[in-house]
Amino acid sequence: MALLKAGGRWASSVCDTEVIVVKGPENEVTLSCGGVDMVEAGSDPVSGELDDSGDGTQLGKRYVDDEDTIEVLCTKPGAGSLGADGNALQLKDAKPLPASD
Amino acid sequence: MNLMMLLEMAAGGFGDRVAVGSLNDGLTVKQIFDNAGAAAERFRNANVENVAMIDITSPSLPICLFGASWAGLPFVPLNYRLTDQELNALLERISPSIALMQPDTKERISNTLEVNSFTRDDLITSIDPEIEISTDWNMDGEDTAILLFTSGTTGEPKAAVLRQRHLVSYILGSVEFMSAGEEEAALISVPPYHIAGIAATLSNLYAGRRVVQLPEFDAEKWIELVRSESITSAMVVPTMLSRIVDHLVSEGPDSQGLPTLRALSYGGGKMPQPTIETALELLPDTNFVNAYGLTETSSTVALLGPEEHREAFSSSDELVRKRISSVGKPLPTIEVSIRDEGGNELPVDESGEIWVRGEQVSGEYKGSQLTLTEDGWFPTHDGGWLDSGGYLFVTGRIDDVIVKGGQNISPGEIEEVLLQHNAVADAAAIGVPDQQWGEKIVATIVLHPEQEVAEEELKSYAKEQLRSNRTPDEIVFLNELPYNETGKLLRRVLKEKLVALGDGSTI
Repeated sequence: MALLKAGGRWASSVCDTEVIVVKGPENEVTLSCGGVDMVEAGSDPVSGELDDSGDGTQLGKRYVDDEDTIEVLCTKPGAGSLGADGNALQLKDAKPLPASD
Repeated sequence: MNLMMLLEMAAGGFGDRVAVGSLNDGLTVKQIFDNAGAAAERFRNANVENVAMIDITSPSLPICLFGASWAGLPFVPLNYRLTDQELNALLERISPSIALMQPDTKERISNTLEVNSFTRDDLITSIDPEIEISTDWNMDGEDTAILLFTSGTTGEPKAAVLRQRHLVSYILGSVEFMSAGEEEAALISVPPYHIAGIAATLSNLYAGRRVVQLPEFDAEKWIELVRSESITSAMVVPTMLSRIVDHLVSEGPDSQGLPTLRALSYGGGKMPQPTIETALELLPDTNFVNAYGLTETSSTVALLGPEEHREAFSSSDELVRKRISSVGKPLPTIEVSIRDEGGNELPVDESGEIWVRGEQVSGEYKGSQLTLTEDGWFPTHDGGWLDSGGYLFVTGRIDDVIVKGGQNISPGEIEEVLLQHNAVADAAAIGVPDQQWGEKIVATIVLHPEQEVAEEELKSYAKEQLRSNRTPDEIVFLNELPYNETGKLLRRVLKEKLVALGDGSTI
């Protein structure tokens, strides 16, 4: 369990996925990827087996929880899918703003 | 957070796309990445505190910008049009530095300054693919990414500090990764030392959109480039748009228009209503976006989108029609609040100072206290109001407000009316000291070529549409109004001239 601070970087323990936190809830949560806990980028991975049954992660896409309290951005894609406290994170619909500069 | 994270993602996602230049000989995203790595080495080895750029825009801009972030040094684009004395004064403030400049600029730099220089050609090198570049940039969002000297016309220019977290938040909050199609291309004609020039470089790269750079704006060249490079989007300041519109009009009925241009965004000053109306007529297939932002807010904080432009134009509802002159709604990541002089929030439709809050808002100047309030609000010094639908209207700098007989009068309101007159090409209302009223309103007017109008006629025209205390007391006709090169009206220059002339009858 950890506090997800905006700008914080997390890495998968079992695939290439890396994310950056765009928005985090006030309470502590456990991020997972491929069914195994993620670690802060640069830390040693925890052991576990990759569950690659999901769609994996896509570069540059945003992922959110059902309550819309967590939003992460995928900065490196991988085979594992993201979760928070055991619930799958969903791909967020992109609503691009018109280009202004 | 570091801007390099964005470039690394882009290089990983679409490294082979051309990032800057023509499709046949431009630099790809991967080449920008590799060259930025080599530039970072150069910057680190120079043992300096800042990376400056005293040059017109070129593919060196993204390389220097990202290379500086890679090396953990602030990037400081300077205005190459400054006088030697002004330029040296700024260089002294960022010394020791390494600076991109061409040989003719180097001759202008005082030899007492510690400035290590390099040229455009030095930056674009062939990278040995065997050498592994270490991606060792610092991810601390507190690092300064950019220092931008604001164009203050009095006193010393202030250096706005934009940290890595401000710019990364701006991009993540306003751009979707790789959202541009491969055929898209943006034309950048604002200089590197303007926040819009920096923002355009970053946001187009992250969206995967090729950029074509026009170093020194010229309407004819701009139009030529849109046509030859199949440009799909562009950003212009008001003076640029009015010259583009004039040029398109001069092409007559046989003009081929700008059929590839899907989106045109404008900002950086008040757009005269007739200019935007003519532009909409001339470019029926182009989507218009009006953006409002400041250097201190990492560019755009509010925008009026294409749909809202169309709605405002076609609506019969006066409230909706009026929104064509608004800057639209705040970005989803930005809050806007209108405050009185005591900092108290004002209700809808009441005019006050615009305050903004959000992750991208810096409000910080080098060497002085943070201007953000304790709870993160930045007082912009711009006046304005919000309507009942949340649309933001900007009236101009609070310092430019005319105080006549104790009444606060926004020059923008007067100018808007004067610009509607057929003979008037440009107008500025200035408060000039007056014994009786404190200030009187002097309207400076530029007429269209071969048009004439009497002072009294203009006054009564204004009187019909403005409250009586807002009618100009005097009208002064000029050949042109003073603008800086990025289209900002130099009101203080104008005011000084008027004051120096006493009654202001001739200049």
